[in-house]
Amino acid sequence: MPEQTVIEAVRDTMRNEMRRDDTVILLGEDVGSRGGVFLASDGLIEEFGENRVIDTPLAESLICGVALGAAVNGLRPIAEIQFADFMWPAINQLIGEASKVRYGTNGVKTAPMTVRVPYGGGVRGGLYHSQSIEVLFAHTPGLSVVAPATPYDAKGLLASAIRSNDPVIVLEHKRTYRLVKGEVPSEDYTIPIGKAEIKRPGTDLTIFTYGLMVHYSLQAAEMAAANGIDVEVLDLRTLRPLDADAIAESASRTGKALIVQEDTPAVSISSEVAAIIGERCFFDLDGPITRLGPPELPPMPFSPIQEAAFMPSPEKIHTAITKLAEI
Amino acid sequence: MSATANKPSNSSETDSDQLTGARLTELYRMMVLSRHLDERVWLLNRQGKAAIAASAQGHEAAQVACVEATDPSKDHYLIYYRQFTAMLALGTEPEEMLRGFLAKEADPMSASRQFPLHGAHPRVDLFNFSNVIATQLPQAAGVALADKLKGSDAATIVYFGDGASSQGDTHEAMNFAGVQKLPVIFFCENNRFAISVPQSKQMGIDSLASRAAGYGFPGVQVDGTDVVAVYEATKAAVARARAGEGPTLIEASVERLLPHTTDDDHTRYRTAEDIERMSKRDPIQILSDLLKRRDLITEAEDEAIHAEAKKRVNEATDTVDAEPYPGVETMFDHVIEGSGGNS
Repeated sequence: MPEQTVIEAVRDTMRNEMRRDDTVILLGEDVGSRGGVFLASDGLIEEFGENRVIDTPLAESLICGVALGAAVNGLRPIAEIQFADFMWPAINQLIGEASKVRYGTNGVKTAPMTVRVPYGGGVRGGLYHSQSIEVLFAHTPGLSVVAPATPYDAKGLLASAIRSNDPVIVLEHKRTYRLVKGEVPSEDYTIPIGKAEIKRPGTDLTIFTYGLMVHYSLQAAEMAAANGIDVEVLDLRTLRPLDADAIAESASRTGKALIVQEDTPAVSISSEVAAIIGERCFFDLDGPITRLGPPELPPMPFSPIQEAAFMPSPEKIHTAITKLAEI
Repeated sequence: MSATANKPSNSSETDSDQLTGARLTELYRMMVLSRHLDERVWLLNRQGKAAIAASAQGHEAAQVACVEATDPSKDHYLIYYRQFTAMLALGTEPEEMLRGFLAKEADPMSASRQFPLHGAHPRVDLFNFSNVIATQLPQAAGVALADKLKGSDAATIVYFGDGASSQGDTHEAMNFAGVQKLPVIFFCENNRFAISVPQSKQMGIDSLASRAAGYGFPGVQVDGTDVVAVYEATKAAVARARAGEGPTLIEASVERLLPHTTDDDHTRYRTAEDIERMSKRDPIQILSDLLKRRDLITEAEDEAIHAEAKKRVNEATDTVDAEPYPGVETMFDHVIEGSGGNS
């Protein structure tokens, strides 16, 4: 089975989907000859031409509004937002508009559109190239939000997003783009939206996480294993809808829940996961539901020392595991 | 058509190439129906039956003439909340309009999830997703982009008011439409007020149409009370769109004869002189006078047109007033595919 990076899996998936369905188009800033600032669309304009790989003006609301209009008129657009931090002007076209198209027209219109968003920090991105923006979208009925952590999941979830008949936000952690490699089958497959996956089975406690933190948590679990603590790592993979059954099953089985995220904790994905565990697993828990995240600061300082202090790390996660395991 | 604003012409005194006297009379009939239904909706609001209404009174000629120049069998219409007459002209029955205003189960646009005139039409490609001003303009560019890629010669008509012209989405959409030469018609009904804020506080120019020059396509200003002028301007814009020549901005100057909505009181911000002056630009009266001056209808026939419209509105009101409201059981349907019991 061929090994790929996350960015290679994203690129191949867009190419495959554009080959199998000529209603799939890609639009965004610098997605044409430049191939995207991360090279996610490298080579696509050469294969599909500028009618299907569209360099837009620098206008994020436009990108998502045009994608929405094209979607309701028979296309399956993929809109690329260059950095999550630049997405706020497009919020209205997504949360205000796209999320309510099916509901607000009583099913007469649908918006089969995908928005790909590089997000997350640890790349010396400072305040405006490091943000995690998942919470607003994950809060919104009518949207789906996926956050693949591996090349395999990136392919399967992006294919599901493009084939979905509703708007899907695909969050791609930019630090995983070239850092994370993994086996990706060349044949066609999809991963259902809304399904978490146990990335490492364990018996003593469960880490609930997503994105880059899946990899940091797996490293921390190996450190803990050396001390005889058997940690399960559940990759949420989809942030809306959360896989509440998988979350409750794992928390009930191990009895201890550690939720790890890169986003600031207040009113966040970890809040929701904690609520699910509290509501469904109360009598199965052997310790307090514990959260590990960065401090409540604007994410995140450009200074390398401060950036490292802000980001959760395998070491910080290991410390949290040890503390919770000892209870 | 030049890239600068043209002066309004007084073109309704003679038949245009395609708009015959008989057809003008039919458009008048539609405008009168719209006016009576519009007045009824305000009464229903004052009776506590219609929660909210935005009136098209004063905009009727612009809307009916614009629709007349398009092809509802293939064109796309992105409307905003004041498109009362346009919806009727596109084949919406008075009962269907009233179902939206009275929030009845059978509301065809959104099953009464949304305000009146919001949602999507079941027969024509007409839709209005939200109450947020100007969001429809980038969406219209996307609709037109899809047609361009599919090789369709359909035109996309997107309606907005002068208030929407201040939004960034308006600039972004027009800029992109100019770059891509999209088959879209930006149809602005300029009634000079964004709720209470007059044009002089919205823009530093006299004519919105002049902005088109900055986007590389033609902009025309027409008298929005003149059916033939609006028809001809729209016809030319549709021809440009179908020929792949790109967008057109049409600014139809109209009057908003009533306050912004049933919740507004325009005497708080309009002068008595302004209110008096605008009543002289009532498009119903202007077209009625024209039809009589051209001997297309008699006074008696005009009265009959009004009586017929009123009867139609009465019947529709009786029918819809007796219809049921939606129950709770359908509110879970159609959030995403497969959700609820009806998806």
